[in-house]
Amino acid sequence: MIEKLFKFHGGVHPPEHKAESAATPIRPVPMPARLVLPLRQHIGNVAKVKVAVGDHVLKGQQLAAPEGMISAAVHAPTSGTVVAIDEQLIPHVSGLPDLCITLQADGEDRWIEREPLDYEDMEKTAVIEALRQAGVVGLGGATFPTHVKLRADPRHPVKTLILNGAECEPFITCDDRLMRERADEIIRGLQIMAYLLDAECCLVGIEDNKPEAAQAMRTACARSAVPVEVVLVPTLYPGGGAKQLIKVLTGWEVPSGKLPSEIGVQCFNVATAYAVHRFIDHGEPVISRIVTVTGKVARPGNFEVPLGMAIETLVQAAGGAAPDIDGFIMGGPMMGFKLPSPRVPVVKATNCIIAASPDLFPPQPLPMPCIRCARCADVCPANLQPQELYWFAKSQNFEKARDYHLFDCIECGCCSYVCPSHIPLVQYYRYAKSEIIALDRAKQAANLARERNQLRLARIEREKQERQARHAQKAMGAKTDTAADEAKKAIIAAAIERAKAQKAAVTPQNTDHLPPEAQAEIARIEARRSQAMEQQKE
Amino acid sequence: MVSALLVMVGLGLVLGALLGYASIKFRVEGDPLVDKIDAILPQTQCGQCGYPGCRPYAAAIAKGEADINQCPPGGEAGVRALADLLGVEPKPLNTAHGVPKPKSVAVIDENLCIGCTLCIQACPVDAILGAAKQMHTVIASECTGCELCVAPCPVDCITMVPIPETVSNWKWRYPVFEIKAVS
Ligand code: SF4
Ligand code: SF4
Ligand code: SF4
Repeated sequence: MIEKLFKFHGGVHPPEHKAESAATPIRPVPMPARLVLPLRQHIGNVAKVKVAVGDHVLKGQQLAAPEGMISAAVHAPTSGTVVAIDEQLIPHVSGLPDLCITLQADGEDRWIEREPLDYEDMEKTAVIEALRQAGVVGLGGATFPTHVKLRADPRHPVKTLILNGAECEPFITCDDRLMRERADEIIRGLQIMAYLLDAECCLVGIEDNKPEAAQAMRTACARSAVPVEVVLVPTLYPGGGAKQLIKVLTGWEVPSGKLPSEIGVQCFNVATAYAVHRFIDHGEPVISRIVTVTGKVARPGNFEVPLGMAIETLVQAAGGAAPDIDGFIMGGPMMGFKLPSPRVPVVKATNCIIAASPDLFPPQPLPMPCIRCARCADVCPANLQPQELYWFAKSQNFEKARDYHLFDCIECGCCSYVCPSHIPLVQYYRYAKSEIIALDRAKQAANLARERNQLRLARIEREKQERQARHAQKAMGAKTDTAADEAKKAIIAAAIERAKAQKAAVTPQNTDHLPPEAQAEIARIEARRSQAMEQQKE
Repeated sequence: MVSALLVMVGLGLVLGALLGYASIKFRVEGDPLVDKIDAILPQTQCGQCGYPGCRPYAAAIAKGEADINQCPPGGEAGVRALADLLGVEPKPLNTAHGVPKPKSVAVIDENLCIGCTLCIQACPVDAILGAAKQMHTVIASECTGCELCVAPCPVDCITMVPIPETVSNWKWRYPVFEIKAVS
């Protein structure tokens, strides 16, 4: 039993805006005629295409296989024909295109053979490999491949398994609805995960603004075989951050630069647990997800959306957007980003689409200089010094920014939210982080180039020395030339002898065994021939 | 008095021997300053600085023979890092040695290549694969973009192609704000 909850540092209370979309049950959407499936829907290596243009595929068939350990597969959300494998716009902040598979639905929605996995009779590694092939990733938005987190590591046994149902971002209600409607399935997924990790304690953290979800989950837990405790945590953004939720539930701090598993905790989103259940118990890979559509749309709510459906089509299912919108935000207002186009597809990371308008999100006033009020430091859940980080990022003093734990920043946006000078602090941190990552890569490339250059110079030097050695030997060898020649000639002569002997030995003597008449005949012919030769000579 | 003196002399001898041993055992190979400078240089090995590679340029800087602003691939950031290391004032890049360009890789037109191996001999990091009279190709991940292979090619089949921006190498931009005039 959890008796006491802890508090993480900082946090803010932005307006929730959850009521708009939380009231109605999850709705299905009609299967679109065309689906665009990016190969980069997860953190790690891009999946490798396994189909060709023109191939007919079934619902749930693997279209792209995971490449390496940190990678996840991509599957067909419906049956149909692969019509293109090319670069298309994807939901990414850069607005750049990336490789996608385009599927033309055939309208039959025909499944592959689906079989539940008898996971308790299998090696755990085989179950984890199956999850890798099933494309299960963190569906809370981070999309880190789940199988990597489920591999039990003997060095850091995971004792505590936490299911994250906090859903702290404003506007988003997809986990809320999922917990209300499919609690048993989520708990079933949790059981499988606990089995794979040998976890001793299972907790579900839910913010106390979702009492219905908590009630549904409690009921499901009461029915479940393994003991699970549902804990209501105070509503405080970003209480759904993995490190923050761990702190609230257990009081443990995940040290800077470390993973939760290194202190014996593993944290999964409720939707991920649901996806694990769908695959293990029904053989269904990840081909759809629950998406909240809210903001300035006619009928906000949650939808079960096949991956690859265009955002604009999904928005139509929610009754269409108001005319005054100025774009769509994917994710929440705190951590999300504006989509480059309404035509980009829904991917595994798409938890929420907000039709944004200037009256919903008024433009920020121009930033003013930092007055060092330290309000940002008061709210930072990672316990950083945002005003210092801002200073270092702005002056491109990246080494200093790194020293001040820039990479512990979870980009939650609390600091920008409270800054009285309206400084878009997170933008500076993102800029600094990507510069540092690029510099690190350049450094690695430079080290490789240095090494290769040194190897090349060493090789050239070695070849030069070898050549000199050869020349020196030649000069020395000139005197002993005749002797060497003699030896060589002898060898050649011997070889010729050998060859002659061999030839003689194998020359066919096919006249040996002929009858006497034939022998006599041959003798006569030979005599005539020698006679003729004699005459010719004369 | 005598014993104190003996102790001090003894200590001195022992510690001296220890230091002497350490200086032999843990001697730093090479020149640490050259290494530090070399670590800052971009290792493009292009020779634009006027030296046959980054390390020779590093050695020249260490000796005070070369200025710190001769490396175009390193750019202004490189000059600043060198100035920091050496404790001197940064200065603008000397454009006599060239100007910074976006990072590129060499691409061989495989239909035109005659397999002369001249580019292989020019490449400072052995990033070109091929053999006599065989088609040659560049290992893009290993190419530093030094351009040294371009000139030797007798059929001009090598071009420098700038590395395009993709989702995986895209970087967040420095925040900029439009300043609207007050009417
Ligand atoms: S909240 Fe804004 S003004 Fe205050 S210290 Fe932080 S960055 Fe500076
Ligand atoms: S965005 Fe980063 S620095 Fe700002 S409050 Fe969140 S964790 Fe702290
Ligand atoms: S100019 Fe070229 S060779 Fe010289 S230091 Fe810079 S990268 Fe190295």
